[in-house]
Amino acid sequence: MAYSEKVLEHFQHPKNVGTLDKSKSTVGTGLVGAPECGDVMRLQIEVDPSTQTIIDAKFKTFGCGSAIASSSLATEWLKGKTIEQALTIDNMDIVEELALPPVKIHCSVLAEDAIKGAIADYQSKNGIAVTAMAASH
Amino acid sequence: MIKEPIRVYLDNNSTTPCDPRVVDTMVPYFYQKPGNSASRNHPFGWEAEEGVDYAREQIAALLKVDPKEIIFTSGATESDNLAIKGVFEMYRSKGNHIITVTTEHKAVLDTCDKLTEAGAEITYLKVAEDGLIDLAELEAAIKSTTILVSVMWANNETGVIQPMKEIGDICEKHGVLFMSDATQAVGKIPTYPKEIGVHLLAFTSHKMYGPKGVGALYVSRKSPRVKVTAQMDGGGHERGMRSGTLNVPGIVGFGKAAEIARLEMNADAERLSKLRDRLEHELTSRLEECYINGNVDHRMPHVTNISFKHVEGEGLMMTFNQNIAVSSGSACTSASLEPSYVLVALGLGDDLAHSSIRFSLGRFTTDEEVDFAVEKLVAGVNHMRDLSPIWEMYKEGVDLNNVQWSEH
Repeated sequence: MAYSEKVLEHFQHPKNVGTLDKSKSTVGTGLVGAPECGDVMRLQIEVDPSTQTIIDAKFKTFGCGSAIASSSLATEWLKGKTIEQALTIDNMDIVEELALPPVKIHCSVLAEDAIKGAIADYQSKNGIAVTAMAASH
Repeated sequence: MIKEPIRVYLDNNSTTPCDPRVVDTMVPYFYQKPGNSASRNHPFGWEAEEGVDYAREQIAALLKVDPKEIIFTSGATESDNLAIKGVFEMYRSKGNHIITVTTEHKAVLDTCDKLTEAGAEITYLKVAEDGLIDLAELEAAIKSTTILVSVMWANNETGVIQPMKEIGDICEKHGVLFMSDATQAVGKIPTYPKEIGVHLLAFTSHKMYGPKGVGALYVSRKSPRVKVTAQMDGGGHERGMRSGTLNVPGIVGFGKAAEIARLEMNADAERLSKLRDRLEHELTSRLEECYINGNVDHRMPHVTNISFKHVEGEGLMMTFNQNIAVSSGSACTSASLEPSYVLVALGLGDDLAHSSIRFSLGRFTTDEEVDFAVEKLVAGVNHMRDLSPIWEMYKEGVDLNNVQWSEH
């Protein structure tokens, strides 16, 4: 199966690989997937509390090329968005942007879950009512 | 120095390149000698038949059997189907029980599964962590209704070789037919069915440097005289067991491939086992947390299957698949993300099965190519581990078994 140019680009030159300090109250972490399923995605955001804007985003992913590309793209999209805006990112947006084939749609679902997980973690750390829970698949 | 882009083929268990010497022998049979080997009344037919007869002898010599015991087919999948379904139908009155192994190829497993609809009872033997079956378990599974034991000679994913002689002895003791899918073994290591006690042997040309689209089934003609019910109706070719015009150029090439294998397989095996060992040594000494899957003392000389912990196989392959061809135990192509059932049968956790890569070397693999592959692999594994959250957690000392994963 051939990968799209965009998947290859993100895979070969992933954006925002790394780790944020999860002990900071401004950092939220989403960890989704499981090693036995062949996919684990960890997505982290750092939020400016005064504006509720995401000022940094990092990821690490264990998985296939599409999973890595989906999380790389997600971190790019998150930076500069408010929490409210970030919550509107839909997995199908990722599918469309990366031209993922049907068998790889689960990679985009995982990325959406990771975004929602990271936001929920940030909110619960800061006593904010959690606006969205990661969907269970 | 090797210049990029270079393509290194380390996927010889999937298929082998056709040896140029094989191609040379095939060429005349496309145009200059175009006959149908079943045409009995003109020289075109005679010379085609001669080519087929000679190939049959070359293949029989490789197995040390009688040429009459070789039935040509389209490949190993057809041979497996013909052997198992053919025996089941021919010996149905004697019993309906077939014993096979969980790590067999799908051509055997799915054929057996299909026969359950026709009333067959199938026992699937488990394998130990090293991929070998338990002989006591095999013997205990044989009962009065058992008509066939089907055990592959060497596994396609791990290269593990089953204790064939011991299995043959058990089958003989109990008067049960012994069939083997020897697709990965024939032409690479000695496979002499009469010495082992194998009564039906399925194999194919394109795994031993011959052309695709042609295979064979060895069917014992003497003590015991085995018969299989034909699975296709037609002109009654191949002693009535397999109808259909013979693929003359393919068979001629298959014969030549068998002859070359008979003469060169020992030297090939010796060279490739050293090269394989070097590949393994380099990878396992330069990378942490690598595990070789399957029994290392009983396996094919050119194969290794390695799990690179906390790296997903398909992703890893993507780091070098423009240059290097290998296979992964992770089939990340469905929502269920099924890992290799063969590796899971060895007791590997799904996580390690997803992290595995099969390297299968071949006659045309060079030292330089293996060295090149090692560099690419080491770089790829390191790249993927830099990206892997579970590698980071492992390095921090997190017990991954205690992490609450969100299954999906």
